[in-house]
Amino acid sequence: MYKNILLAVDGSDHSERATQQAINIASLVEGSHIEVVLVADFSKAKNEVLHSQGKEELELVRRKKLAPIEELIQANEIDYHINILHGDPGPTIVSHANDNEFDLLIIGSRGLNTLQEMVLGSVSHKVVKRADCPVLVVK
Amino acid sequence: MLERIKLNWFSNVRGDILAGIVVALALIPEAIAFSIIAGVDPMVGLYASFCIAVIIAFTGGRPGMISAATGAMALLMVPLVKEHGLDYLLAATILTGVIQIIFGIFKVAKVMQFIPRGVMIGFVNSLAILIFMAQVPHFIGINNMTYVFVGVTLLIVYLVPRFIKSIPAPLIAIVALTTVALYSNVELRTVGDLGEITQSLPAFLIPNVPFTLETLVIIFPYAFALAIVGLLESLLTASIVDDMTDTESNKNKEARGQGVANVVTGFFGGMAGCAMIGQSVINVKSGGRGRLSTLVAGVFLMFLILVLGNLVVQIPMPVLVGIMIMVSIGTFDWTSFSYLKNAPKSDAAVMLVTMGIVVATHDLSKGVIAGVILSAIFFVIKISKIKVSERMQNDAKVYEVKGQLFFASVDYFVDAIDLTATNKRIILDFTQAHVWDDSAVGAIDKVVIKLTEHDNHVSITGLNTSSQKIVDELAVHQIKNV
Repeated sequence: MYKNILLAVDGSDHSERATQQAINIASLVEGSHIEVVLVADFSKAKNEVLHSQGKEELELVRRKKLAPIEELIQANEIDYHINILHGDPGPTIVSHANDNEFDLLIIGSRGLNTLQEMVLGSVSHKVVKRADCPVLVVK
Repeated sequence: MLERIKLNWFSNVRGDILAGIVVALALIPEAIAFSIIAGVDPMVGLYASFCIAVIIAFTGGRPGMISAATGAMALLMVPLVKEHGLDYLLAATILTGVIQIIFGIFKVAKVMQFIPRGVMIGFVNSLAILIFMAQVPHFIGINNMTYVFVGVTLLIVYLVPRFIKSIPAPLIAIVALTTVALYSNVELRTVGDLGEITQSLPAFLIPNVPFTLETLVIIFPYAFALAIVGLLESLLTASIVDDMTDTESNKNKEARGQGVANVVTGFFGGMAGCAMIGQSVINVKSGGRGRLSTLVAGVFLMFLILVLGNLVVQIPMPVLVGIMIMVSIGTFDWTSFSYLKNAPKSDAAVMLVTMGIVVATHDLSKGVIAGVILSAIFFVIKISKIKVSERMQNDAKVYEVKGQLFFASVDYFVDAIDLTATNKRIILDFTQAHVWDDSAVGAIDKVVIKLTEHDNHVSITGLNTSSQKIVDELAVHQIKNV
C-alpha cells in the first residue's frame, strides 16, 4: 500500500486540495508518512529576496505558505515532515521523487488551459511524465 | 584548508564547466552593450568582464556568483568618460577597488545588508529604467529597418528559449541577425560605427593621468559612487545566489574580493564592474555552483574575444538594443505595482523617491543615499510616536506611557503631561515603555521636578531593568520607585 507519500505543494488552493487527498490516502494505512515538499522556484528567487528583509524573513514567508497544509495534516494526526528544496519546480520534484523511494507522489494541478500551459508550462504534467513512482494529480 | 579548496573548486566540475561556458556566451552581448552605455570601446567592457570574472573566482566570498562589467556601473561612468576620457575611468576603477577593499576590511558590507527593501526595489527599478532610456537614442528615429531588427531581436530572445535551452538566446540573436545584416546589405548602424575594437590580450598599464590632488578630486566622487553601487548590487546578487543554492556566503570577503578585482581590472584597461544578477541566475540554473564556474566563464570569454574579435564590430546596434530592452525588462521588479498598493505608505514612498532621484540625476548612488536617509527619518518618526494615556486610580492620576522614550520622542511625552496640576498624587507608569538615553531621563526629571514643585506627590513605576539602570545613573530627582 501507499506508506511513503511525497506531497508536492506550493501553498495555493489546489495544493490544499492535494493535501486533503494525501490525508485521505495516508489515513487508510497504519504508520504511513507524508513528506511535504515545497520548491522555492529559481525564477522567483530574485523577486523573493528583493522583497524580504533578510534570510530569516524569507524563511518565515515560506513556512507561512505551508502553515495551512501543516495544520490540515496535524489535525488528522498523520506523521509528516517538511522539506524545502530550491530549483525549477518540475525537474526538482521529479529528481527528488526518483532519488528517493516513494510509493506515491501527490500533486495539485492549477487547471491551466492549453494556451496557459504552453506559456507557463504545467508542473504537474512534467511530473506525471517523468516520475518513476505512481502519481496522483488532484484537480 | 585543502578540503575547503576542493569543495569550493572541484566538487562540481562538470556542472561548473558547462555553466561557465553558457555564462561566457551570455556575457558577450551584455559586456559590449554596457561598454556602449558607458561610452567606451567595447573592448573595455570585454576586458573588464574577463578580468573581473577570473579574479573574483579566487577572491570572492560567494562561489558560483558571476561578476563582470555591469549596467549599473556603466551608467555611473557616463559623465566621467565624456568629460575626462578613458584614462580617468581606469584610475577611478582602481580607486573604486581600493574603497571597496577598505569597506570590506571595516565590515561595511555587513551593514549594507540592512538597506531597506524599499530602497533596493527602487534601485533595481531605476536601473531598469536607465538601461532602457540609454537605448532610446540608438533606435528611435533612425530608420524603419532599425525598428524591424529591434523587434525581431525581442522575438528571438523571448521565444527561442522555449525550444533551445542550452545556448543563451541573446547570442543566437546576435549571430543570426549579424549574419542577416551582413548578407542583406540593409542600412543599420553597427558597433564599429561607435568605436574601434582592438583584438589583443589585456596588458598591464598605469592609467595615463597626472598624479595630482586635482585628479583625485575629479575621480573620487565617481569612485565612491561606483564602490557603493557595486557593493549594493553584489550583495543583493550574493543573497539571491545564497537562496538559490541554499548556502551561506561571506559578504565582507565578497566586498574585499570585488575591490581586488576592480583594482586589477583598472590596471589592465577594464572598466569597473560588480556582480550580475541575471548572469548569476543563469549560472546557477545551468548547474554552476563552485568557483570553477566563474573562472571558466572568464577564461572562455577571453577565448571568444580572441576568436570573434573581428566580428564584434559588425554587430548591428539594433540587436544590442533589443537585448538591452530584454535586460531592462528582466531587471525591473514587476511586483512593485502590488508592492506600492500593499506595502506601508512610508516604504512605498521610499521606493518612489529612490526611483525619482535616480531617474532625475542619472546617478544610482544618489537615489540609494536619499532612499536610506528618508527611510531612517521615517523610522525615527515611526518609533518616536509615544502614547501617553491618563486614567484615575483611587484618587491618584496615572499616566501610562507606551513606546520608546528617546531624544526624538521626549517632546510628545512632556507635552502629554499636565504640569499645572497641584496637590495631587501622580503615578508615571512606564510598564510599556523603554527609556533609551539621557534626553529621555532628562525629560522624566523635568516632569518630576516640575510636578513636585507644585506640591504633587509623584511616583514612577514599571521601569524595566535596563530603563531603571539608565534612570538610576543619570537622574537628578530623588524619587524612589514605588
